[in-house]
Amino acid sequence: MSDRIFINTTINGETMEIVADERDSLLEALRDRIGLTGAKEGCNNGNCGACAVIMDGRLVNSCCVLAAEIEGAEITTVEGLADNGKLSALQETFLEDAALQCGICTPGFLVASTALLDFNPHPTEHEIRFWLAGNLCRCTGYDKIIRAVQHAAERA
Amino acid sequence: MQDVKYTRPASIQEAIRLLQEGGPTARILAGGTDIIVMARERRRDTSVFVDIKAIPETMGINFDAASGLTLGAATPLYQIYRNETVARIYPCLVDSASLIGGTAIQGRATFGGNLANAGPAADSIPSLIVMECVANIVGPNGQRQVKAEDFCTAPGRNLLEAGEFIVSLHFPTPAANSGARFLRFIPRNEMDIAVVNSATNLTLDGNTVTAARISIGAVAPKPLFVLEAGAALIGKPLTDETIAAAANAARDAATPIDDMRGSIRQRKHLAYVLTERTIRDAARRARGEAAQEH
Ligand SMILES: Cc1cc2nc3c(=O)[nH]c(=O)nc-3n(C[C@H](O)[C@H](O)[C@H](O)COP(=O)(O)OP(=O)(O)OC[C@H]3O[C@@H](n4cnc5c(N)ncnc54)[C@H](O)[C@@H]3O)c2cc1C
Ligand code: FES
Ligand code: FES
Repeated sequence: MSDRIFINTTINGETMEIVADERDSLLEALRDRIGLTGAKEGCNNGNCGACAVIMDGRLVNSCCVLAAEIEGAEITTVEGLADNGKLSALQETFLEDAALQCGICTPGFLVASTALLDFNPHPTEHEIRFWLAGNLCRCTGYDKIIRAVQHAAERA
Repeated sequence: MQDVKYTRPASIQEAIRLLQEGGPTARILAGGTDIIVMARERRRDTSVFVDIKAIPETMGINFDAASGLTLGAATPLYQIYRNETVARIYPCLVDSASLIGGTAIQGRATFGGNLANAGPAADSIPSLIVMECVANIVGPNGQRQVKAEDFCTAPGRNLLEAGEFIVSLHFPTPAANSGARFLRFIPRNEMDIAVVNSATNLTLDGNTVTAARISIGAVAPKPLFVLEAGAALIGKPLTDETIAAAANAARDAATPIDDMRGSIRQRKHLAYVLTERTIRDAARRARGEAAQEH
């Protein structure tokens, strides 16, 4: 049996101790141990980006990180993007530009786009498309997502 | 996921001890983009992960002109391609690092993991080979150095012995008037496994090639270092004819398989085309010009 482990970490600005299974992925720990179900399990093998979170300033797929690895780390999930209920610029433009249909990919796109604009506040369309190449969407055809990111960048 | 322990040694000696205690199912964890998925899907029996990222020697980027570049084996790709020194002096490494997976994969994946995973289509290995990379390996019997071209033995297999792992990768300082380029062919722009890939590192004296290293991948059980392709250029002027001779040598060295990604015929053709393009781009870089977008 895998052991229970205790992980001290910071999630969306809140320091906490998580009790998890030693074999848990970060995605499993977020969803099943602390109820942060914003990150989605699409493929569980690194290909779809639905589980993307920001870990110590860089974008990662939480299905390809072990929960045990986040000891001492700072994690931002989609739940951490709004500020006291006020949506971030990207969340606003995703709504205004209808950059989602079923929505399963949306948390991953929001987190990945947030990481992009943190790193590069004024990306070109080409840079946006390459940055988001690891996020899959079955519904929108991507163009509206790209436009929403462009509009959020214009507002910054 | 199978039942598994997680360990995070702080020193090389501790990591070696954990690998020895764990036996063949103890797995080094670097970026985890291969091994976590393989362990979950039970393609690798795994009893313990040995996370090497807390070992200082496995992390970071160090360059000085006298001794060259040392990359900690567990340094994530995004740190490598965002490093200005690496981008200026080793652009071929940036070519590889910036197209392995997408942004979220590059946040974690490493050259050490790509090399150790020994995939026939691995996108760093041709670049490591042409840039004369030497892997610094540690283990129960001390240290040893292995050239990138000697490291892989078969698909998914390498010559690491029990208890050994790669601590860092060393690259000599490129010669004056040299340039290198890596390219891969996939049906889309990102996020796919190479149908074929290729890297070339050239040194020019005027228009005469004084040194050339050419490597191709996804065309054999392991990435190939094609000595004949380099030999077709060395000591000769760079002309359409000598470039074609080198690209032909790469095509002849390729022994690909047919699979869903490409046929034998297509892969041999691509070995030619990509080798030709990497030679031309390496020469551009050797002359201080930019490589072309393909
Ligand atoms: C969505 C996705 C896209 C991908 N795209 C590409 C691509 O375009 N091109 C490509 O080449 N690969 C690709 N990969 C594969 C993978 O990301 C790369 O091979 C990556 O470089 C592996 O590095 P890692 O640090 O994550 O390795 P890990 O998963 O940590 O380790 C891989 C293997 O190497 C061993 N290992 C790791 N480090 C060491 C070391 N220092 N010493 C000894 N053994 C070690 C591990 O035990 C394991 O067996 C992709 C993977 C995913 C999930
Ligand atoms: S669920 Fe993690 S990348 Fe798809
Ligand atoms: S909105 Fe349905 S997958 Fe993107």
